[in-house]
Amino acid sequence: MMETIISVSQLSKTYAGGFQALKAVDLEIEKGEIFALLGPNGAGKTTLIGIICGILNPSEGSVSVGGHDIIEDFIKTRSMIGLVPQELTTDTFETVWTTVTFSRGLFGKKADPKHIEDLLKKLSLWEKKDSRIMALSGGMKRRVMIAKALSHEPKILFLDEPTAGVDVELRKDMWEVVKVLRESGVTIILTTHYIEEAEEMADRIGVINNGEIVLVDAKTELMRKLGTKQLTIELQQPLDRIPAALSSHDLELAAEGTQLVYTYDTQAERTGITTLLNELYQAGIKFKDLSTSQSSLEDIFVNLVKRPS
Amino acid sequence: MNLRAVRAIYLFEMNRTWRTIAQSIVAPVVSTVLYFVVFGGAIGSRITEVDGVSYGTFIVPGLIMLSVLTQSVANASFGIYIPRFTGTIYEVLSAPITFFEIVLGYVGAAATKSIILGLIILGTASLIVPLQVAHPFWMMLFLVLTAVTFSLLGFIIGIWADSFEKLQVVPLLVITPLAFLGGSFYSINMLPPFWQTVTLFNPMVYLISGFRWSFYEIADVSLEVSLGMVTLFLVVCLLMVRWIFKTGYRLKG
Ligand SMILES: Nc1ncnc2c1ncn2[C@@H]1O[C@H](COP(=O)(O)OP(=O)(O)O)[C@@H](O)[C@H]1O
Ligand SMILES: [Mg+2]
Repeated sequence: MMETIISVSQLSKTYAGGFQALKAVDLEIEKGEIFALLGPNGAGKTTLIGIICGILNPSEGSVSVGGHDIIEDFIKTRSMIGLVPQELTTDTFETVWTTVTFSRGLFGKKADPKHIEDLLKKLSLWEKKDSRIMALSGGMKRRVMIAKALSHEPKILFLDEPTAGVDVELRKDMWEVVKVLRESGVTIILTTHYIEEAEEMADRIGVINNGEIVLVDAKTELMRKLGTKQLTIELQQPLDRIPAALSSHDLELAAEGTQLVYTYDTQAERTGITTLLNELYQAGIKFKDLSTSQSSLEDIFVNLVKRPS
Repeated sequence: MNLRAVRAIYLFEMNRTWRTIAQSIVAPVVSTVLYFVVFGGAIGSRITEVDGVSYGTFIVPGLIMLSVLTQSVANASFGIYIPRFTGTIYEVLSAPITFFEIVLGYVGAAATKSIILGLIILGTASLIVPLQVAHPFWMMLFLVLTAVTFSLLGFIIGIWADSFEKLQVVPLLVITPLAFLGGSFYSINMLPPFWQTVTLFNPMVYLISGFRWSFYEIADVSLEVSLGMVTLFLVVCLLMVRWIFKTGYRLKG
């Protein structure tokens, strides 16, 4: 039985200019999971996170974190949350050490130099602890922001596009940190355009578009439901065109006519594979091998957001 | 009460002060000494005494107030404007702290800074002209109340301003002129009757008068009125800050 840690209910947000960025969003985040919020630019990801963290006022609806309302009980809810915002915003003149220590104090936690030291070491910032932030590279600044968010040992961590414009090494380090956090029971919510990331890391995925949650599902479930599969048939003799007898199937020729690729929907009543293979046999087309592959989240995602709403 | 958060903000802001010590302390002290040279030296040789006190001595409380007022506003408005400008305010907004604690941290630091500054100017002045402080308690009370009130005002300006120009314009066009016209350098009794009446609408008059009274027991308005006006000002600023946090004005979209 999963325990809900964040519950978003009928949440809407209309900005001062009249633009509605969120439309009656309902969403439940489970304790201890890694949840990926996927969506194109302007979908409302940052707005949703901003409201949960207390940076933006909601227009309608409510959010509870750990069973507490984010408005009435904001002291309790905010104590639980660490946020790494999308924009690189850091103090320029402070040193890494003072800015991270400041964050811990700001969240009302007792000073703990050992914890900060461990954190900086994990994020490869220890050597830079006395450097002023303005002297750091963009990737290093991103690390500082992660350290700030983790300085107060949050139970829930929001990572808003954590890997946008970040080098490979930092991505690797970051996922390492995320894995360790998750093992210690921290709930992680991340937004990204990088679908591989969601695919690799997340337990569940939510897709948001135009301020609406399009769907939320376990990653494997999502792929099963929405995935199309491809059956690749390796031919013994290359074909120069698809025989007319097979034109009723969704077929393509590949690898200079040596492969036939059949695309089918895993959700369909019948996949059509048996019929296809029968017809191949009747048409006298011989094959050496068969293989199937599943569409990636990327394909699923593109399909979803392209779909008119 | 999240005292650790208040402490964190306070120390962070004080740290900023030490880092920019030259701008924060040295510059106002230098300009104060210049005021002494110009007003005390040049004009003071013509006006020898005001209400029985030598002119150089007479202007000291007004000079201190002038610096404390302008520096309180400048410190506090910058203190909150910079994080808004750079975006680091997100962290304060997402932290488990109340509006009161945020204000305590920012305004406390800004006020501390200008109180220290006021005392340094007082010390500097005592090296140049003979000085006495008849009522040290009242002097400190006026100093602290003024520093806190104007730091609150600065905080409000720092939240209201959406450009560096706006940040500068209120201190430049409102606060400094009012302080000058509020009797920093003269007793309002020296003005023609009509202008005396007009001057009574200037809130700075009450601050400067009360503060000067704590030094020399000479005042343009009574002590009670001075104290009442300062307190009123303080309450108005507090209510405005409270409203800002309640509505999220310019802080939360
Ligand atoms: N302060 C604001 N005022 C008006 N519109 C805004 C503001 N911030 C964001 N928006 C608009 O709201 C929509 C959602 O933005 P955002 O939540 O940042 O999307 P995402 O993070 O998914 O890219 C966008 O169309 C954006 O232009
Ligand atoms: Mg965003």
